[in-house]
Amino acid sequence: MIEKILRMTGICKSFPGVVALKDVDFDLDAGEVHALLGENGAGKSTLIKVLGGIHPADGGAIVISGEPVRIRSVSDAQRAGISIIHQELYMVPELTVAQNMFLGREPMLGRLPMVLDQGKALGAAQALLDSIDMAIDAAARVGDLSIAQQQMVEIAKAISFDSRILVMDEPTSSLTTKETEALYALIERLRQRMAIVYISHRMEELFRISNRVTILRDGRYIGTRETANTTSDELIEMMVGRKLQELFTKTATEAGEVVLEARNLCRAHKLQDVSFSVRKGEILGVAGIVGAGRTELMRCLCGIDTIDSGEILKDGRPVVIRRPSDAIRLGIAMVPENRKEEGLIACGTVGFNLTLEALADFMHGWWFDAKCEGRIIADYTRRLSIRNASPETLVDKLSGGNQQKVVIAKWLASRPTVLILDEPTRGVDVGAKAEIYAIIDALAHQGVAIIMVSSDLPEIINMSDRVLVMFHGRKVAELLRKGLTQKLIMKYATGDTQ
Amino acid sequence: MSPVFTPTVQQPSLALRALAMPYRYIKPKLGILMGLFLMSATLSYLSPAFLTTSNLINVLRQVSTNANLAFGMTLAILIGGIDLSVGPVLALSGTLAAGLIALSGLPVWLAVLIGLACGTLIGCFNGFIISRTGIAPFIVTLATMQIARGMAYVYTGGHPVSCYVDSFNYLGGGYISRVPLPVIYTAVVFLGMCFLLYRTRFGRYVYALGGNRNAAVYSGININRVQVLVYSIIGFLSAVSGIVLCSRMYSGQPTIGNGFELDAIAAVVLGGTSFSGGTGTLGGTLLGVFVIGILNNGLNLLNINSFWQLVIKGVVILLAVYVDILKKRGKNAR
Repeated sequence: MIEKILRMTGICKSFPGVVALKDVDFDLDAGEVHALLGENGAGKSTLIKVLGGIHPADGGAIVISGEPVRIRSVSDAQRAGISIIHQELYMVPELTVAQNMFLGREPMLGRLPMVLDQGKALGAAQALLDSIDMAIDAAARVGDLSIAQQQMVEIAKAISFDSRILVMDEPTSSLTTKETEALYALIERLRQRMAIVYISHRMEELFRISNRVTILRDGRYIGTRETANTTSDELIEMMVGRKLQELFTKTATEAGEVVLEARNLCRAHKLQDVSFSVRKGEILGVAGIVGAGRTELMRCLCGIDTIDSGEILKDGRPVVIRRPSDAIRLGIAMVPENRKEEGLIACGTVGFNLTLEALADFMHGWWFDAKCEGRIIADYTRRLSIRNASPETLVDKLSGGNQQKVVIAKWLASRPTVLILDEPTRGVDVGAKAEIYAIIDALAHQGVAIIMVSSDLPEIINMSDRVLVMFHGRKVAELLRKGLTQKLIMKYATGDTQ
Repeated sequence: MSPVFTPTVQQPSLALRALAMPYRYIKPKLGILMGLFLMSATLSYLSPAFLTTSNLINVLRQVSTNANLAFGMTLAILIGGIDLSVGPVLALSGTLAAGLIALSGLPVWLAVLIGLACGTLIGCFNGFIISRTGIAPFIVTLATMQIARGMAYVYTGGHPVSCYVDSFNYLGGGYISRVPLPVIYTAVVFLGMCFLLYRTRFGRYVYALGGNRNAAVYSGININRVQVLVYSIIGFLSAVSGIVLCSRMYSGQPTIGNGFELDAIAAVVLGGTSFSGGTGTLGGTLLGVFVIGILNNGLNLLNINSFWQLVIKGVVILLAVYVDILKKRGKNAR
């Protein structure tokens, strides 16, 4: 039998009040890509932090290449040949690629203390980048690189540590399709020299690149499957711990009159001549690759950006939307793409965030109606089933799914007639996804016109009544629900209009 | 999932909430409350003069100026800003009011109104520049700090302006039974500010802006207006303090208020307000004000050399904030 590169057995880890990991096993063969799957809070990140020495384990054993090791700190982990590429990239944007790669272990010039050998660092960094065929200039400023390129630099850095184990935590979450492909190709080459632990939410991705999948749920080990011998349904069921009835809820709705109409919207370099309309009770999907102008279009509709020319009609009347408050007054609400940066006040409580759009309901100038505030909070917490949270819980402490529900609830409290959802289920686990779809469906039933921007094609296909496809700031197709396929959408989304 | 939209209201019993409420507000402040208590206990042991009514009233009056400034500073720090100009604005407004009475013979009420307006306007100017130009609050208020100080000197030619007018002197020197008027003003300011911050939309917007600027913009909040209002309030409070101080000293002193901004910032930070904005309370700031005030008073009572007092104050601030950080770190271990 070939010796495992890594064997973790019986790993336990508790934090005050929470058992994060209980008796978790994990192992790695040489040259494999082993995916780690689980809902948010299932313990994936904690397991990785145990391996990386950020949170030393309370119990259990770690054996690397047959030798038991103790990992109590990050430097222990580095010495054991473990490199972790975190979801958030930890790089200094003002420094060059080479400087970042050798941060903290800069080559010195001769015996003079404190004098850096910039040339040597530059050469070594460039050699490393070239060795993985990355067309990145080692002298470039990291802040000028794309997220994907920064990730490649992190990978090159991991290689420079001579790591045997590389951990990638949701590496594709902010990459475009093309960049993702490049990453897959790189992983394919890397597996010759190191074993890879790959954390992801995206099912297709796991089937594409991993050899095995280990599933965690609620901090426990559920099982390991050979990717070749499993199905995504089986994995999802293992993840959520129940039979998945149906992920998507889409009950037929009758579209009413046109609520919002856009005519020939233009914005320099972003939008060209975009026209569309959305009806009462209708779900309009907006598809396209990253950078196609979908988010830009939505930003114009809700007044974050302004249009250069064109016309917006609300309920048949032309309207001018210059700032977000204009849109809100017209009943147009947007749940933005990045809930952390644009949607939530992270250091605020659930109640604070929920009521931000409904303040006028209970704060009338000098008069404050605490009862009404409590009612609004209780109402929306229940309606959107925001769980494990009291109104005083900080939103920071919630899972991604619950955070997203708070953002949706916040905007629902403004009682919109048009609700724009930009990537409504990004970074949300499967269980919460199903709930969010049900909420969207229920809203459509109530007569809210819904515009849903999404890069998740199954989501677009299963939820939309109509789909708008954008490419390079233009609308290239408008497709009906009937006969929608991923292939058809992708054809238009990639600009292939033949 | 079952039907999503059937509104029902469920709330814990009133009695339960009434019990839980005070503890919830006190809990995060337990550390500083303990510190305050220990400090007071030690002082009353070391100095018999400390725990007397007259000394305590004295402490209250001494802290009233810093309290006004610190309440305003809390708003600035909550929105992720800062106001360094409070000391000079205080000096300018006070001197202006005293000067208008003594030199120009204006009626007291009018002079006081003009003084208040002057402070508010400078604050408004701060807020306007900060929100429209995007220059960092630190820089903008550093500049107005010089401008206001300079204007105070220009106005009086650098000399103090004596102002012996009974009704004016009463403003800062009067009493209601045994309570000095400045203490009453500060109490009113505290209640008013609490109302503004916790009971109005403006208050929510302050927290939203400091917590996440982008989310605030996306939520349709006019963040420019919030900033202008915050800095105007600070200017107004500085003016109140300046007029009260000048009235108590029977003169407009263009040099007063040196370093006041630092005491105010120290109180805010001691009170647990985060420097990155978004979290903090006025109650915490009030406690911070008391820590600094009692420390000053105690060190005086114990006859400690005023140079050493500075050193001790600095060390206490460092320690207190560090303990606070340790506490937070413990909570966020996960």
